[in-house]
Amino acid sequence: MSATIPGASGASGAPGAPRTPDASAPASADERQPGLGSRPRRVGTFAAVRALLRKELLVELRTLESVPGMSLFAVTTFVVFHFALNRNSVDGDLAAGILWVTLLFAAILGVNRLFVADAEEGGFDAFLLAPVDRSAMLLAKALTLLCYLLVLELIAVPAFALLLLGPSLGHALPGLLGVLLLGDLGVAAIGTLVAALAVRTRARDLLGPLLTLPLLVPIVIGGARASAPLFVFGHAGGPPARWLLTLGLYDLVFGLIAYALFDFLLED
Amino acid sequence: MYGKGLRELSIATVAVMAVALALVFFWAPLEAEQGFLQKIFYVHVPLAIVSLCGFVVGGVFAIQHLRTRDSRWDMRSYVAIHMSLIFGVATLITGSIWAKGSWGHWWEWSEPTLVSFLIVFLLYATYQPLRFAIEDPERQSRYASVFAVTAGAFVPLNFIAVRLSSEYLHPRVLGATSNLPWQMSLTFVVSLLGVALLFTTLCKYELTVKHTRMQLRALRRLAERRDGATSGATSARRARSAAPSVHATAMTARPPRAAGGTTGAAGAPRVARPGS
Repeated sequence: MSATIPGASGASGAPGAPRTPDASAPASADERQPGLGSRPRRVGTFAAVRALLRKELLVELRTLESVPGMSLFAVTTFVVFHFALNRNSVDGDLAAGILWVTLLFAAILGVNRLFVADAEEGGFDAFLLAPVDRSAMLLAKALTLLCYLLVLELIAVPAFALLLLGPSLGHALPGLLGVLLLGDLGVAAIGTLVAALAVRTRARDLLGPLLTLPLLVPIVIGGARASAPLFVFGHAGGPPARWLLTLGLYDLVFGLIAYALFDFLLED
Repeated sequence: MYGKGLRELSIATVAVMAVALALVFFWAPLEAEQGFLQKIFYVHVPLAIVSLCGFVVGGVFAIQHLRTRDSRWDMRSYVAIHMSLIFGVATLITGSIWAKGSWGHWWEWSEPTLVSFLIVFLLYATYQPLRFAIEDPERQSRYASVFAVTAGAFVPLNFIAVRLSSEYLHPRVLGATSNLPWQMSLTFVVSLLGVALLFTTLCKYELTVKHTRMQLRALRRLAERRDGATSGATSARRARSAAPSVHATAMTARPPRAAGGTTGAAGAPRVARPGS
């Protein structure tokens, strides 16, 4: 799926859309009714998701716009925390808080960039022209964001262990991976929804973080509380199940909300 | 359209509020530990409850808007959220005063209800900036509804998460509603009813004002068009508000009466009305 299709603006069939010089494309007639009614099966959703995901990752590999910036930001933030707190090593609550705040702010950088290319280069229009389920874009973007976050953590967590963390990470690693994965799922669902919401606004760089941060507070609570015991000296054991359950439920609910609402953001 | 029953509602609100305040100040017993300070409970807690319910109701209206595409639902959702934000400010202020009075700090992090209310408030504070930042009115209402539904679902989830995160360090008045003496419970219920009525009345007023203003604007536009004065500066001026607008097409489609009346008066002599 190419990024730009000339004349693709005809797909923006909504009557009030501002940039529709020739809004008479018949292809958009069946695109207007969103997912509430019965939707005819078209091209398989999974094929579409795969194609979109491949495109996203290919674009990221070629441009390197998001992930390197996010990772660099995370490492720099650890350095800033070292000076701001005037500590050489941290543990327990403080360590969990630093890690989660850093990962969250780095994730917000990725969220802000997630749909920019589609909005500016006509990717939305091209996608709406294709006869596929619109949830495919949500799934593909959420998976893309998940990939970004996993790569980010691949870099940020070792950097954190090296630069700031007092106790060694070895025994806590499996538990931490589980907590991070649950947190990432929630960030991916919320981040994709908010990114799609903010990208067509005038102040998208400002609104994205403003919308994302309060919505992610429960993930910070769950993530930080679940990983705090892992960063205590001499601790052996997994993360508390109560917090893993909270994170999982939050992910599930917001995954469903994003799935239900995403179609409405893709109408013009 | 929205003005129907407004007077009765206003009178009922004033009456219930007066009764509630009278009960609070002259009838409800003084609490043993906190004394007179505890009276703020009858203002703060109803404000918080009504404000949160308003947020959720705004989300329900937004679902209706997304289902029906009727811009009136969008306006209701906007008004509910707008009014809840105002009530939210009042909640935070009264909560702060209460915290200062009973615990000695203006802000208390170990009080989960207060903290989660702040988070919800911060989220909803972005509702109007989001609307302002979208030019196209149709997209504006659609995106605002998506936000309202998401945030409405976030309200209960956030409360659960924050409540889980904090240990109960302080005795909580709200959790102990069942142990209250019946005079206190009754006063609280009446106060809650009064605040809920106040919320409804204010929402109705705002809806009425918005609707009237839109009708006026449509009429003025029509008058301008009839005068032939195509003063582009006034007609093309955009409203500075992020509030949604219902397009009063019915108003513009109707033949203008004001202009016809004046020409009729100046021309042929008026026919006597059958009644006079």
